[in-house]
Amino acid sequence: MELPLLHLALVGTPNSGKTSLFNALTGSRQKVANYPGVTVERKEGFFVTPLGRQVSLVDLPGTYSLRGRSPDEEITRDFVLGKASGETMPDLVLCVADSTNLRLTIRLLLELKRTGRPMILVLNMFDIASRRGITVDVGRLAKELGVPVVTSIAVRKGGTADLLKLTDETAAKLAAEPRENSWRALSVSELRATQREADRIIADCVSLPASPDTWTARIDAIVLHPVGGLIVLALILFVMFQAVFAWAQPLMELLNSGFEALGELVQATLPAGLLQSFLQNGVISGVGSVIVFLPQIIIIFLFILLLEDFGYMARAAFLMDRIMGGAGLHGRAFIPLLSSFACAIPGIMATRVIDNKRDRLTTILIAPLMTCSARIPVYTLIISAFIPARDVWGFINLQGLVMFGLYAAGIISALVVSFLIKFFMLRDYAPAPFMLELPDYKMPRLKSIAIGIYTRAKMFLVRAGTTIFSMMVLIWFLASFPQPPAGSTEPAIDFSLAAMIGKALEPLLAPVGFNWQIAVALIPGMAAREVAVAALGTVYAIEGGKEAADQIGHVLATKWSLATALSMLAWYIFAPQCASTLAVIRRETGSWTWMGVTFTYMLVLAYAASLVTYNVAVALGAG
Amino acid sequence: MTDTADTRSHMPLGLAQRGYTGVIQHLSAKEAGSALSDVELESRLIELGFVEGARVEVLHEGLVGRDPIAVRVDNITIAVRRREAMAIIVA
Repeated sequence: MELPLLHLALVGTPNSGKTSLFNALTGSRQKVANYPGVTVERKEGFFVTPLGRQVSLVDLPGTYSLRGRSPDEEITRDFVLGKASGETMPDLVLCVADSTNLRLTIRLLLELKRTGRPMILVLNMFDIASRRGITVDVGRLAKELGVPVVTSIAVRKGGTADLLKLTDETAAKLAAEPRENSWRALSVSELRATQREADRIIADCVSLPASPDTWTARIDAIVLHPVGGLIVLALILFVMFQAVFAWAQPLMELLNSGFEALGELVQATLPAGLLQSFLQNGVISGVGSVIVFLPQIIIIFLFILLLEDFGYMARAAFLMDRIMGGAGLHGRAFIPLLSSFACAIPGIMATRVIDNKRDRLTTILIAPLMTCSARIPVYTLIISAFIPARDVWGFINLQGLVMFGLYAAGIISALVVSFLIKFFMLRDYAPAPFMLELPDYKMPRLKSIAIGIYTRAKMFLVRAGTTIFSMMVLIWFLASFPQPPAGSTEPAIDFSLAAMIGKALEPLLAPVGFNWQIAVALIPGMAAREVAVAALGTVYAIEGGKEAADQIGHVLATKWSLATALSMLAWYIFAPQCASTLAVIRRETGSWTWMGVTFTYMLVLAYAASLVTYNVAVALGAG
Repeated sequence: MTDTADTRSHMPLGLAQRGYTGVIQHLSAKEAGSALSDVELESRLIELGFVEGARVEVLHEGLVGRDPIAVRVDNITIAVRRREAMAIIVA
């Protein structure tokens, strides 16, 4: 008999191991989308129970209570209450607790019970708790709480078997007794009473060892040291950017030669003509020049996910709180800004953890200045073409150093802009509180990291396959038509629409040292920054004719002066060239004005930076 | 810390130095001067485990102005600014 689809919802406090449990249960069968009308990420996954029941599991945003003081927390509350628009009320709520730290989750569970939803308490990370000498009387806890309790070890194979079994048992008994929802927002005294009740239950059912986690204490002694901690943070960031450049190189070369071989294959098998040109110059060299950067994007996400799983991100926020406070930023802004190094879009969405509207707005405005992974293709291309790959002081790769400098330039300008915003626009500013749990360190788990990287890599490839591909088709078309008259000796592209557009824009961009090919590349680069690389690839490939198989980097090294290259790098630190980021800013701030402000100020900065860079470089003889 | 918990006077956690250990006596959001309303501040502190009777220890301090502080509250660690910690009266 076919059992109906069972709707489960995963609720828990931040750091309860909710995400690793979600990954363990659903594996890669996940769907990531947004809740309608709000930019809260909606993660749904699917699995089948041992009895063959189909389950849909929604991972709700982490929360300490149902008060709903941010859009994320409102989603969690409304979802559980069945009030979220277009959502099915969950048949069963899985409340996830970190077994080493039950106080806050038990209080949340007592509050959740009032909603009347059937519930299971999952004591996750039970292995870590046992190792630390924490013992839980599971039977008694279930009796005291009045909900079934099960232990799980999300990160171990088979660690969720008991949970799956209990889900089947509980699901079979559902619908028997529909319960009333008696939840309403708790007053301070009710909150306090609930916490007391939770503490009493824990005192009765859980025995704690005398000493806390010694590893966390030992690591924190270094990592949270006022001076040492900042040095560690700087080292971590430095290693991260060296790795992005150095480790990815062999893989990128492999991908590059793969695409080159593919292009040559097309050239050899197809007759010369439009189709051959479209496949070789438009599709393969265009899309290929973007996909080549996949290794670097994987490495940057690897670092971010590792640091997050390890528990370091909250520490970084702690270390940076007052330092960023000097620039008018909230400590919590550190995590969104760090995510913006991968991509400003998740970064801007992550600003929802900042409750204060002004703090949040400032963070949103400067997030696009963080060097996102889409700039990496542009930076890498220009750096490898113009900066010699030698070591300075014996151990630091010069190319890596320039890369680090570009990242630093982005960070410093973000701090300056933030300071100016605070100074000129948000003067009557009262500092919002900074309160954050510093979770115990946990060994990051390979599977969870792998799933995280897989979802992001997929997003990047899908984008390469859709947005970038369609832009490439457009660029190829513009660069190929109209065709040159028969018997002309000049390169075909000189007659094209692209050349006309580029040359029309050239006077505007000439002061910063950009030629018309760059102007052509900048237009589709509006869709996504990395497209500019692909567009340059296409433009120069078509222009180059027979020598098109040549690498784009080599072409640039011969066509551009060093001053132009440096100017281009300076441009990309600031240029607001990402339609998706602008769209997210509009959505998150709910205003076209702030989107316009962001676009304008970044464009002005980009032009000014390029202007200065180009003229200084020319004056120094790099023209 | 030569005093015992019984005899030493009440003080806000916001003034405590690194290494301080004590027990929460009560919450007094009015005295903190936080940007949050009293009710909101008190609710958030309770949600992070700052309730009467909880043992606290100041584990770490930030570089600038010894702020924020990392506080062990029973068996979890919470980072909080001194301004908000002024609402937590300890002894």
